[in-house]
Amino acid sequence: MAVIRWLLLVCLLVASSAASAAIEIQHFDDPALDGRYRALTERLRCPKCQNESIGASNSPISADMRARVAERLRAGDSDAEIEQAMISRFGDYVLYDPRLDARTWLLWGLPFALVVVGGGVIAAFVIRRRRLRHADLDAEERRRLQALMARHTDDAAKETS
Amino acid sequence: MLIRMLPELGHFALILALAMALLQAVVPLVGAATRRPLWMAFAQPMTWGQFAFLVIAYLCLTASFALDDFSVAYVANNSNSLLPWYYKLSAVWGSHEGSVLLWGLILGGWSFAVSLFSRRLPRDMLARVLAVMGWISSGFLLFILLTSNPFERVLPNVPSDGSDLNPLLQDFGLIVHPPMLYMGYVGFSVVFAFAMAALLGGRLDAAWTRWARPWTNIAWAFLTVGIALGSWWAYYELGWGGWWFWDPVENASLLPWLAGTALIHSLAVTEKRGTFKNWTVLLAIFTFSLSLLGTFLVRSGVLTSVHAFANDPSRGTFILGLLGLTVGLSLAIFAWRAPRVQSLAGFGWLSRDSLLLVNNILLVVMTVTVLLGTVYPLLLDALNLGKISVGPPYFNALFVPLTALLCLFMGLGPLARWKRMPGRELARRLALSAVLAIVIAAGLPLLYGGSFSLGVTLGLLLALWLMLSLARDVFDKTRPAHAGKAGRRGRLANLRKLTPAYWGMVLGHLGLAVTIVGVAMVSHYNVERNVRLAPGDSVDVAGYRFAMTDFRERQGPNYVADTATLEVTRPGRGGFVMQPEKRFYTASGMPMTDVALRPGLFRDLYVALGEELDNGDWSLRIQLKPFVRWLWLGALMMAAGGLLAVLDRRYRRVARRDAALRRAETPAAELNDDRVSPEISR
Amino acid sequence: MKRRLLLLIPLAIFAVLVAFFYRGLAKDPAARDSALLAKPFPAFELSTLADASQRLDRSLLEGQVTLVNVWGEWCPTCKQEMPQLLELADRGVRLVGVDYKDTRENGRRFLDEYGDPFTVSLFDPEGSLGFDLGVYGAPESFLVDADGVIRYHHTGYITPQDVEQVILPQVAQWQ
Repeated sequence: MAVIRWLLLVCLLVASSAASAAIEIQHFDDPALDGRYRALTERLRCPKCQNESIGASNSPISADMRARVAERLRAGDSDAEIEQAMISRFGDYVLYDPRLDARTWLLWGLPFALVVVGGGVIAAFVIRRRRLRHADLDAEERRRLQALMARHTDDAAKETS
Repeated sequence: MLIRMLPELGHFALILALAMALLQAVVPLVGAATRRPLWMAFAQPMTWGQFAFLVIAYLCLTASFALDDFSVAYVANNSNSLLPWYYKLSAVWGSHEGSVLLWGLILGGWSFAVSLFSRRLPRDMLARVLAVMGWISSGFLLFILLTSNPFERVLPNVPSDGSDLNPLLQDFGLIVHPPMLYMGYVGFSVVFAFAMAALLGGRLDAAWTRWARPWTNIAWAFLTVGIALGSWWAYYELGWGGWWFWDPVENASLLPWLAGTALIHSLAVTEKRGTFKNWTVLLAIFTFSLSLLGTFLVRSGVLTSVHAFANDPSRGTFILGLLGLTVGLSLAIFAWRAPRVQSLAGFGWLSRDSLLLVNNILLVVMTVTVLLGTVYPLLLDALNLGKISVGPPYFNALFVPLTALLCLFMGLGPLARWKRMPGRELARRLALSAVLAIVIAAGLPLLYGGSFSLGVTLGLLLALWLMLSLARDVFDKTRPAHAGKAGRRGRLANLRKLTPAYWGMVLGHLGLAVTIVGVAMVSHYNVERNVRLAPGDSVDVAGYRFAMTDFRERQGPNYVADTATLEVTRPGRGGFVMQPEKRFYTASGMPMTDVALRPGLFRDLYVALGEELDNGDWSLRIQLKPFVRWLWLGALMMAAGGLLAVLDRRYRRVARRDAALRRAETPAAELNDDRVSPEISR
Repeated sequence: MKRRLLLLIPLAIFAVLVAFFYRGLAKDPAARDSALLAKPFPAFELSTLADASQRLDRSLLEGQVTLVNVWGEWCPTCKQEMPQLLELADRGVRLVGVDYKDTRENGRRFLDEYGDPFTVSLFDPEGSLGFDLGVYGAPESFLVDADGVIRYHHTGYITPQDVEQVILPQVAQWQ
């Protein structure tokens, strides 16, 4: 659905970069290098465009950045060094994969925290409900419960089977 | 003369629609509060009137497009006399003002549908539901009239021709994708209205969920199809073969989808078991709020684009106000009216209840994750902490494991019984499915090409787990009473006895499995090569030989194109021709990549033409995308499952029963309805 | 009562979110912060636009507050910016130009036509200095203090108002 994306593109002054993808021939002798090149150009964001990686964008700055990435890969730099080189020039904005720091711990941490909290909620819920199932009922309650359960299973049988 | 006045007529119709929406919002509510039947009955005619005037307004705008009335600013900016007629008609929603009008029209349409098909509802309930929808309508119509009027004229200097629809939008995708998406977005207003009406009327029993379920399923199905169409459109239109970019605009549609999926499941629990009542109401509010939030994010330009609507910040402010008012009010009403009485139906660790709880928690975590990633850059910026980007690596890193976890429990869900399921029995019934899933998932990649990938194995494992456990469930549910020939007949008879609601669930879950296969395969086995070719050259990619036989310039209706002709052959098979193009649209001066596609159930070939290189060669990107069609096929199956469940006889039977109840309506019965039903409020 | 308070949690979270969105509305999502503030001007060794044989390096920027302006003949906004730069030069600001991704011929013609406010223009045909500066479009301007440290980054066009309200105060501040 990139595609109320169209709505944005309508209003885009330089929409051309989005409409025609960048196709460039970077040849690496080593397939591992090729894979790293592809991954890096997907992880780095074009600083000038709407919301595109430098691998997908056709803007001149993306072409410069791709060339720089390829050059540094051939020179033997690590991915982290290349990313750092880009960040020191263009800021954190160019990295799609935000680094964990004081500003982003909430971003990375909250989903995990929520899974844990969610697990706790489920446990608390079920433990209470389980106790409920075993709670002692007096004779009258038991009779009512059974009548209700019979009705429920009837319903369920009619409705789901 | 009348034709020249069409825009004014449309504008006037819009104002009348607003007036009716306001009446629809106020009068029935007062009527319901003071128990005046006539006032409550007011809701329906106002809904019809509002819808009628919205249709008139919409038709007026469409007519302005069809008649090339460039004195209307919106038409002048988004159309051109040379535009084919079908794009003129769909250009109505090609930009902001018309999109919002379509939004309003669809909202009116949903209200109209509710007023038609819910006549069996208790009078006060229907009055409240329509009133809530009237409030939403009023807000949106005000928004259109005050900030985004599509009927504005450019007088007296009428342009001689329009500046044309963006070439990117001159496509079948524009015709189908936005209406589907809006049907989904806006459709969630119905379940929202039901929830609010239940809160306002103090009828928070299971009844409202039964009435709201079919509407929710339909809206969800539309949204599913809308998202899938968008993904498919982006895939072939944007030229680099991606199908999901985690763009804020995409996330805006995924958010209500995720919440809506959770809602569908929690509605089931509340209806069947009377539990999770507050939670279901809250989810209904969330789902529609996320639809509104999506609209805000897209329309206000806070996240994506400075160009989008920066020239008119009043729009963003207005929508934010609308969002704040709607969601704030509904959450406040929720806090005020939600019943304190807890439903106390018990269930055990392993039960359909607890598994659906897990489903809901996980889906909510996924929703929050996507929301967090989408708005986090905005939050930091608002605190002056600098600019960061959150993109695909973040979303993939979190979304994939969450989905895996979800699928794990999803395999158990359909087999588990309500209340309590002995673990041993569940294990016995699922052991075979689990073993088969593991064996096949480990073996299949070996057959496919030998290269092992953890992603593919994991994806296949999850998909197979879903499929096989469902198969097992169908198998068990149709187990005949007797063996032998009679038994086989018994199995067939039992198969027929399964309800549409059950088949809807099966189809929906299978759809997710199919989508997962698509995602896993295309993400990991995608072959992509950028090559340089000149006429006469050829190149081998992924077992196919691509030979460029011709390269020429071609004149299209409103563009010039460089067209490459490639003959694609495969040893031992027949060949075919692919013609990727690079188009230059003369009116707008925009270049466009027109991809050549060879679709197939198990792989697509995808060729995009790039740039002319130094020595007259051309660069091309050739991709082989395995199983990419499964993505959208699975989404269609999910949507079909959602719709199938609506056909269930149960809803009709329940409706009849409600009607009977209503005929026998007595003060006592009404009083009884206001209380929490006895089985849950012990 | 405690339960009722629990029910208010969603409302509270939402209110916070709306407050953020409201602040976000006033922000320009396209604005970027410069990564180079308070960092030394990147090292370079380039010839000047006027003289291909003259090589200059970072020492050019030491000893005096300088406004480094990145421009190019191909950039229409740069033409509109020229009057402001000329005014700044008139008012005693030292300007150094970087002719970015241009040809020598076009660059020289540009300065002949629109005036030359620069004490010297560096010639950066490959855009290597521009890249090290994190430039992603012209015009962009960097204020460098007497120690050669970047103190202010202006992305885009310097408007006539900016001269008085932004640039001159910045120059005065780092003098």
